[in-house]
Amino acid sequence: MWDYSDKVKEHFFSPRNSGALEDANAVGDVGSLNCGDALRLMLKVDPETETIRDARFQTFGCGSAIASSSALTEIIKGMTLDAALKVSNQDIADYLDGLPPEKMHCSVMGREALQAAVANYRGEEWKDDHEEGALICKCFAIDAVLIEETVRANNLSSVEDVINYTKAGGGCSSCHEGIEEILSKVLAERGETFNPHAVVLQEEAAGKPAPGKMNNLQRIKRIEMILDGIRPQLQRDHGDIELVDVDGKTIYVNMIGACSGCQMEAQTLQGIQAKLIEDLGEFVKVVPSRAGSYARAASHV
Amino acid sequence: MERKETDMDGIYLDNNATTRVDDAVVAAMLPFFTAQFGNPSSMHSFGNKVGLAIKKARMQVQELLGAEHESEIIFTSCGTESDSTAILSALRASPERKEIITTSIEHPAVLALCTHLEKEGYKTHFLKVDEKGRLDLDEYRKLLTDKVAVVSVMWANNETGTLFPVEQMAEMAHAAGIPFHTDAVQAVGKVPIDLKNTKIDMLSLSGHKLHAPKGIGVLYLKRGVRFRPLLRGGHQERGRRAGTENTASIVALGLACEQAMQHMHFENTEVKRLRDKLEAGILAKVPRAFATGDVTNRLPNTSNIAFEFIEGEAILLLLNKFGIAASSGSACTSGSLEPSHVMRAMGIPYTAAHGTIRFSLSRYSTEAEVDRVIQVVPEIIAQLRKLSPYWGENGPAEEPEKAFAPVYA
Repeated sequence: MWDYSDKVKEHFFSPRNSGALEDANAVGDVGSLNCGDALRLMLKVDPETETIRDARFQTFGCGSAIASSSALTEIIKGMTLDAALKVSNQDIADYLDGLPPEKMHCSVMGREALQAAVANYRGEEWKDDHEEGALICKCFAIDAVLIEETVRANNLSSVEDVINYTKAGGGCSSCHEGIEEILSKVLAERGETFNPHAVVLQEEAAGKPAPGKMNNLQRIKRIEMILDGIRPQLQRDHGDIELVDVDGKTIYVNMIGACSGCQMEAQTLQGIQAKLIEDLGEFVKVVPSRAGSYARAASHV
Repeated sequence: MERKETDMDGIYLDNNATTRVDDAVVAAMLPFFTAQFGNPSSMHSFGNKVGLAIKKARMQVQELLGAEHESEIIFTSCGTESDSTAILSALRASPERKEIITTSIEHPAVLALCTHLEKEGYKTHFLKVDEKGRLDLDEYRKLLTDKVAVVSVMWANNETGTLFPVEQMAEMAHAAGIPFHTDAVQAVGKVPIDLKNTKIDMLSLSGHKLHAPKGIGVLYLKRGVRFRPLLRGGHQERGRRAGTENTASIVALGLACEQAMQHMHFENTEVKRLRDKLEAGILAKVPRAFATGDVTNRLPNTSNIAFEFIEGEAILLLLNKFGIAASSGSACTSGSLEPSHVMRAMGIPYTAAHGTIRFSLSRYSTEAEVDRVIQVVPEIIAQLRKLSPYWGENGPAEEPEKAFAPVYA
């Protein structure tokens, strides 16, 4: 059984705003019978103010698809269209106290239905911009299509690269076989062979400073540099990280924005820690500078 | 049959997933954690009694399977281990043969292994099924060449309960000189089996599908069949499956097999009657629903019903709210994007494949439970259809694919 939050269950068992909206002037249909999820979002928009007066939905789908639809209508009622367009799928998931990684696509469908409805109201054409593949990384909810496209676009050749570019595989690491398969396939397309040992050789050649040979300042600079490398991924999820202090083996950081309090925070920190350990060549512990959030992170491990 | 006390209130109709361990079976296994803790391989008396208990269990399994010799029974840890052992053994025994025959609707224990073996250079033939989940034996016959290392075909399908003609297929494989394995995890204990009068070379069973605990399985290996162990090490199971015996669970499985033998008639009369009542009761009340699989040739305990225009996980969540446990072939219950490979192989349209629900009964299922499910299911289906964009006032939207036409698809 899925680990659904009480909020998800509540919105599934008693969905808000379900059923047809007769005088809707903005309708967004996304999904299809084939993919097992379909959502029709119907809005009544005030033409003067572009405010959403009413929102209703009809959904064919699983528990979290219905709950996400219900949450979406509650979130956007009373918003202007421009404000509603800023609602992200993470907002929908947060409203429901989180969704299992396998179910994040349900919240994505909600956001897409909203975009489609607004486009419908404005007489624009809306195109779905992503294709979904089989879920590979369950820690960070990343699917095969995203990994494959990223590998192709950036000429990636190692599992490490994939972790750095997509976060996939940066958590529990049990999906590394799946990532290697994708790498083998894409590398074969460009006439190369996937070599799992290649990374180690490159790193040795790059002459990474050996652990213990750095002074404190060099070490902190190195940590800053590694965090800078991770930062773009966090920012893509509307979050960020800052280095607070380095005390021996313990590295204190602040998670900012969407990363702070995010349900994935513990796993994100673990991933960052793994990256630092590997890059520095020594064991370090990454700890959020807020004590409360550390307790939460620890309880998730 | 009298209803057993359960710790949880509720109606359990998911016995193809796993079963309740019979109280007598639990009682029989408990001494093997304490007083009878010895290692059966030991020379002293602590081990000796345990060895005798395992021997008895082996004979109880032998009896249920109708095996000719007790030494044909190899205890393993689960059905999946038995499947892997059987298939990999056949491949290693005939390394020059690079083809495998199986079906498109096997359990993942066989399917995922075969798909993986394809990456290692093997060619797997996945036999197709028709709309009722039946095989085309002519297609099968044409594939039986001396390139084939093993045939692996399930006795009964876990989702629909549809039975395959494994005895006939084993004869055909035998005539072509190819070893035949069957994953009989769902069939053992539910349909009579008499292996000594078949040409089946290897058979997998799993304890927890027949009221024994999880973590115990059996590989039946016909005497004389060429075999290469998966686990090598100690001499346990005559060197064919090394590793200290799971003594308590082996004893439990033995008794569970004896009980299954005693209830075989009950299973095929009373359990079947309740299953038929459940299915007919639901189909009489719910429009746009149908039973999947070969309903005239299936396990006595299984009913798989497709409800059109709604999604299975949502049905399960609502059933669960009423204390009813079942399972679904929908994509969402597994976290994948596609509905059950069994439903797709049978060509069940997507309008229905996402909404399939499997009810699987056991000898503990009662008339009152079945009546309650017949009462609850129509309400649940109506409630979800009210939410579905594919469903109108009193039936499916006309041409649902057109009524709901996303800007992309």
